[in-house]
Amino acid sequence: MTSKYYEEHKDDVTWQDGDYTVTRTTTWSGPGCHDGCGVLYYTDKDGKLAKVEGDPYNPFNGGTLCMRCLEMPEFVNHPQRVTSPLKRVGERGENKWEEISYDEAYDIVEEKVREIWRDYAPESISCMMGTGRNACWQVPYLCYSAFGSPNFCLGFLSGESCFQPRSAAMASMNGDFLIADMSQQFEQRYDEENTEWRTPEVIVIWGNNPVRSNSDNFYGGWVVDCMQRGSKLITIDPSLTWLASRSEYWLRLRPGTDGALALGMLHVIIEEDLYDHEFVEKWTYGFDELRERCKDWTPEKVSEICWIPAEDIVAAARMYAQAKPATIQWGLPIDQAVWGIPSAMAINALWTITGNVDIPGGNIIIRNAFDQNVSYNYGFNNLAPEVQAKRIGAEYPLMAKAGFSSTAHSDSILKAIETGDPYPIRMLWLQSTNPIANMGSDAPRIYRAVKSLDFVVVVDMYMTPTAVAFADLFLPCAMSCERDSQRVWWVPLRGMKKVTQCGNVKSDEDIIIDLGKRLHPENFPFDNEIEWADNILKNETPAYGGDFDQLVNKDVWKYPEFHYRKYEIGEGRYDGQVGFNTPTGRVELYNTTMMLWGYDPLPDWEEPTSSPYRTPELFEKYPFVLTTGARSFEFFHSENRQPNTTSRELHPMPKFEMSKNAAEKLGLEDGEWCWLENQHGRCRQILRINPSLDDRVVRAEHGWWFPETEGAEPNLFGTFDSNINNLIPQCDNGVTGYGAPYKNQLCKVYKCTEENSKVMPGYHVTREDGYSKDIDESNGDVKVGMSYER
Amino acid sequence: MSANALMIDYEFCTGCHACEVACKKHLEVGEGQYGIHVLQDGPRELPDGRWEYNFLPMPTSLCDMCAGRIAEGKDAACVHHCPAHCMHYGPAEEMAALAAEKTKSAVFVPVA
Repeated sequence: MTSKYYEEHKDDVTWQDGDYTVTRTTTWSGPGCHDGCGVLYYTDKDGKLAKVEGDPYNPFNGGTLCMRCLEMPEFVNHPQRVTSPLKRVGERGENKWEEISYDEAYDIVEEKVREIWRDYAPESISCMMGTGRNACWQVPYLCYSAFGSPNFCLGFLSGESCFQPRSAAMASMNGDFLIADMSQQFEQRYDEENTEWRTPEVIVIWGNNPVRSNSDNFYGGWVVDCMQRGSKLITIDPSLTWLASRSEYWLRLRPGTDGALALGMLHVIIEEDLYDHEFVEKWTYGFDELRERCKDWTPEKVSEICWIPAEDIVAAARMYAQAKPATIQWGLPIDQAVWGIPSAMAINALWTITGNVDIPGGNIIIRNAFDQNVSYNYGFNNLAPEVQAKRIGAEYPLMAKAGFSSTAHSDSILKAIETGDPYPIRMLWLQSTNPIANMGSDAPRIYRAVKSLDFVVVVDMYMTPTAVAFADLFLPCAMSCERDSQRVWWVPLRGMKKVTQCGNVKSDEDIIIDLGKRLHPENFPFDNEIEWADNILKNETPAYGGDFDQLVNKDVWKYPEFHYRKYEIGEGRYDGQVGFNTPTGRVELYNTTMMLWGYDPLPDWEEPTSSPYRTPELFEKYPFVLTTGARSFEFFHSENRQPNTTSRELHPMPKFEMSKNAAEKLGLEDGEWCWLENQHGRCRQILRINPSLDDRVVRAEHGWWFPETEGAEPNLFGTFDSNINNLIPQCDNGVTGYGAPYKNQLCKVYKCTEENSKVMPGYHVTREDGYSKDIDESNGDVKVGMSYER
Repeated sequence: MSANALMIDYEFCTGCHACEVACKKHLEVGEGQYGIHVLQDGPRELPDGRWEYNFLPMPTSLCDMCAGRIAEGKDAACVHHCPAHCMHYGPAEEMAALAAEKTKSAVFVPVA
């Protein structure tokens, strides 16, 4: 229901409201998140962003908004914004800068790039970006088409463990991607009369807390909307999330055991004959092999592994299998395990054998609106095949050759920086990523490696620990409300209209075009961000049929048609035949692509590399299973940490959680600063008692830095002091190169005292060459240093 | 005509702070001040082994029932933005009737 005021302006894109100009558009981080919600921007007479409201007519968010969009003006107009290009004048880490013009900055970049081209090769330049921000097609294009390098990846994201393991599993099993169906593909949301959509009977919330994370273009409020329409929940999470408290079953699993649980549920569904015989018979390949593989994964065995009562595993499996439709909404813990891909294959098998594939209220096959597929691979074809073949990570055939990934392998890039093997990496371009505060595991190791490079550029909205530590040049980028842009992630196609300008910031697109024209003008036949958007809409989005003006000033968003059961109507395969886009034409429970590349074709699970059972000697020293990265309402990863903002008001300091029993045994009290430590390193956070946790589990936050404190080393905005990634290794990946153990380490906890806090992690890392340690498995020695063999 | 009221169906309140922040922006109040404040109970294990975990947005004495917004034909800032659609605004009797259909609900009639 909408009010009179909004109805009156239903067809307007801009209008006046007293002294304010109101603009209807969409927003995509930064600042923000993984979603692109519909907003009404209120700008004042001076053109300054004063207020943000949700657009009640945008079907994606229906007028609602999270707190971070509501407080957006605080971040757009924050006094700590950097508004001019900066050139480093002191040493790296001293935080001393001189303001320069864009042309001077571009001169420096061009000179350095040409030096690298001359002295090394284009592939000695690597470009990295963060997750979620609307720079996901721009930065890859820069890397391939301006610098001429195939080495684009995320900011030292170990094992590419953010959606990419799940993507690779889905692409190989189904030839497509599947998501939980909350009616998001229809402009008429939740409309069971005029669309085929049906409310899921059961929603399995597997390893995510969507009301906080809004991950992967999935708005968490949709789950609550479905609950209000009768959906029942099963939640799989080490902690009692709010959604878990509203669930029929809460399976409190040990972090890192998702794959084992999925195998156990498959076992129950197959052995109790609860699977969808017709779907399995008609549309799947390899069911007998899957049945054989799941045979030993009894609820009793899985119960011991996962620390969940066997009867709950059985009951949850029955409830999921007996509901129709049922859907699974899954999250990052699947990826952030060495066993990521096989775990994702197991969960994909669950929705397959229960016949929930591409049906209303099930897990639907989703494609990008109007086939706009510009993403991590955008511009890769501008590289010669011999340059493409040099992409670092070629030792992982699934990634490099089978076409399941369009990024270089981050861990291998790190090793190449450290060792010069297979060739040197000498320049790093970091755009919208803050790896030593957030994404890179083993932050101290990354710190040491990146310090050794010849040239580092950081493009970001604020001065960050990463920029202070490494950048020779800092370019300030525009926020969403300061850019004209467009983006597709699944649906709909969205336009983003520029409504304000802060200082001398430029959009990601304009910075990239300016540089591209100097380095490879033939790849940049557009002069500004609008022309680039027009180019993409015309050439990469032909089914849309409009241009940028049409998109931002008329449509704002546009939904493509959607059909269920594409495999029945010849829309599943490129050749128009019925079935799926796989070699067998079926959903491959037995994954022939994996088989072809020499990997196990069936789902499986093994203990995490550090675990109570795999490394009992470590568990004696570090008696807690450590999981990290649970989301907060107040932050998007390392964003939103600026002082005097609502985010910091509501969430001033980093918090980690343990059970009351565990804390009492150690004599720790709620609200105390404590050290979390393991064989890799340590950091400090404030204890919050979480009575719902298993006594053996600790849960810590990620992404912390303190922009209100000293930026120069050794403090570096305090980022190492509270960085949980001091405790997490790099280069501990699955056999495919995918997956990394961010969420399943071991640790111990002890109180911070004056005595044990004399040398803070920031000092230890930046002044004493500390951390970045690993245990030499051959002799048990602690290895220190920037490069180590596993 | 009776006073306007807020009905909060807190069975579905996720504790996301959207109402709180939308209201801070509407009232233009600074740090530590709220027109509506999200209270939390739990997570707490009940004697029967179930878990209690509830949030309840509580209007404060700064709440002006969005009188200015309502007069302009808009809706209340908190109700508009709630991602869980668990807040409702209207005449007190209507809100009380709506609340009677819910399992966990509260009706507030703030005095501006």
